[in-house]
Amino acid sequence: MMTIVVIITAILIVTVASQLLKIAELRAKSKGELIYEVSEKAGKTQGTLLLTFLFVLMGFFFWQMYSWYGLRLPDSASIHGESIDFLSDVTYMIITPVFILTHIVLLWFCYKYAYSSKRKALFFSHSNKLEAIWTITPALVLTVLILMGLTSWNQIMTPVPSETDHVLIELTGQQFTWTARYAGEDKKLGRSHVTLIEGVNATGVDAKDENAKDDKLVKGEFHLPVGVPVQFVFRSLDAIHSAYLPHFRAQMNCVPGITTQFNFTPTITTEEMKAKTGNEDFNYVLLCNKICGAAHYNMQMDVVVESQEDYDKWLAEQKTFVE
Amino acid sequence: MSTHHHHAKDFLFTYVFSTDHKMISKQFLITGFLMGFVGLLMSTLFRLQLGWPGESFQMVELLMGSWQENGVMSPDKYLALVTMHGTIMVFFLLTAGLSGTFSNLLIPLQIGARDMASGFLNMLSYWFFFLSSVIMIISLFVEGGSASAGWTIYPPLSALPQAIPGSGAGMTLWLVSMSIFIVSSLLGSLNYIVTIFNLRTKGMTMTRLPLTIWAFLLTAVLGVLSFPVLLSAALLLVFDRSFGTSFYLSDIYIGGQVLEHSGGSPILFEHLFWFLGHPEVYIVLLPALGITSEIISTMSRKPIFGYRAMIGSMMAIGFL
Repeated sequence: MMTIVVIITAILIVTVASQLLKIAELRAKSKGELIYEVSEKAGKTQGTLLLTFLFVLMGFFFWQMYSWYGLRLPDSASIHGESIDFLSDVTYMIITPVFILTHIVLLWFCYKYAYSSKRKALFFSHSNKLEAIWTITPALVLTVLILMGLTSWNQIMTPVPSETDHVLIELTGQQFTWTARYAGEDKKLGRSHVTLIEGVNATGVDAKDENAKDDKLVKGEFHLPVGVPVQFVFRSLDAIHSAYLPHFRAQMNCVPGITTQFNFTPTITTEEMKAKTGNEDFNYVLLCNKICGAAHYNMQMDVVVESQEDYDKWLAEQKTFVE
Repeated sequence: MSTHHHHAKDFLFTYVFSTDHKMISKQFLITGFLMGFVGLLMSTLFRLQLGWPGESFQMVELLMGSWQENGVMSPDKYLALVTMHGTIMVFFLLTAGLSGTFSNLLIPLQIGARDMASGFLNMLSYWFFFLSSVIMIISLFVEGGSASAGWTIYPPLSALPQAIPGSGAGMTLWLVSMSIFIVSSLLGSLNYIVTIFNLRTKGMTMTRLPLTIWAFLLTAVLGVLSFPVLLSAALLLVFDRSFGTSFYLSDIYIGGQVLEHSGGSPILFEHLFWFLGHPEVYIVLLPALGITSEIISTMSRKPIFGYRAMIGSMMAIGFL
């Protein structure tokens, strides 16, 4: 009932406002004023309003930058993340001045060149030189940016070569948890398929596969050694999930039916990061970043980065798949 | 009595089943605006929840009923609102509302044609749009709620009712509504293209066309090229959902059982969807570009600077 009253009131207010405007228009017409003609005064008012808007906009922009700047992610905790941060910084350094300058020019000119009966607009229909300048400059800037982006993308997406010392982990997403599987001593993940899911074998690992015998399944939190390349393989059992590790600047979709991959090298341990951010409760997290169902918001897993010794000790405590 | 009857018939054909481009553009404007308001309301609601996650909004419960028990929005209904907000804003407001209103109003006026090439198709285009809007709104009220898989409706989330409540009847209605919407959009676009090519008045060469019309033309061409792909994607999804095919589904374990689907790939849907999704950005952008160029040049009493370069760059955008 309340809802209907509110809606009806809103409609009535809009109607009244429009009727009032109409009356004002008719009144001006009956007095013989030329209401559709732009007067010098109206031009000046509009110009002033736009200039005011410029100040409000810029004020808001800098205020927002100031208020939220501290909420950025802490320094990247992986090697490739530094190149991503660099790309992002370069982009911001280019677009922020462009944003500020173009808006100042646009709105200030509206004020400066407001309609005046004393001035006549200059007839200037085109200039190939100007066109060329403002086409080629952004094209060059964008080409450079895209080339930089492509290069770092290719570097990041190249899988770790098998002869390099690395950790192989499979992350499986399902509604609404993550499971990590370590490849174990043979550094090979066993086969797995959804048809093999049964009881405790929640991700469908093939028990008959030799490679699967020493695989270790972990839930709740998983550990990574600092300074060693980590090769991730991603799977999903139901909807599309997206493994998102914001502090390592890493994200990859997990798609049912296929596997995807990503790798990075952690550089800062959890303890070091706690000291760095001054936050005792700091924890690296793995989140889901693709709408995957009702509890999508709560699909996460903690990540602990620690020294090689601590990592080895922790891994030794975990049970292998056959156990 | 008879005069009254006559009057009613008049009313029907002037305002409702009109083939006049100006009336149709007003119809598009009003429907687009109403949908825009619904979309705006949704975004206000879910942003309240997002901004103050711990608070309870008893007032909102009046409007939302069981979607917002004790003033706190349930997580899947939050997703439902996000999905519907995205769909309505991108398709119903920015695509149909924008192109439908301005293309219909301005194309015949600015190229000196009496009306659109086919007034009847134009009317059909509006009524398909209206129908799809109604179905989209109705889908909010079915069991399980409206579609909740994001406006990109990636399967398997959108394909499996057990994945999220909104992927039941709500999703079916979403697909029906979007299919009808695409038909509407295609009819409209074809009409715009034919009108611009064939019904220009004497002396109105292609290089004398107002930039606005160029923008509408390119928008329509993009629409005709990309919307059918979304239609096919939607139809395949309907097959997957209702007839047990496996275009997008493979190796899925959900709700404690393995599904029989195998051999498909959700990636296929992503490609088909973004074949529309990418041009869609320009479908939304180009009319606005054309309109602003012309308004600014008129108001500053100068000819458009670099007319041909502007057409060239719009074509380049369209091609990209």
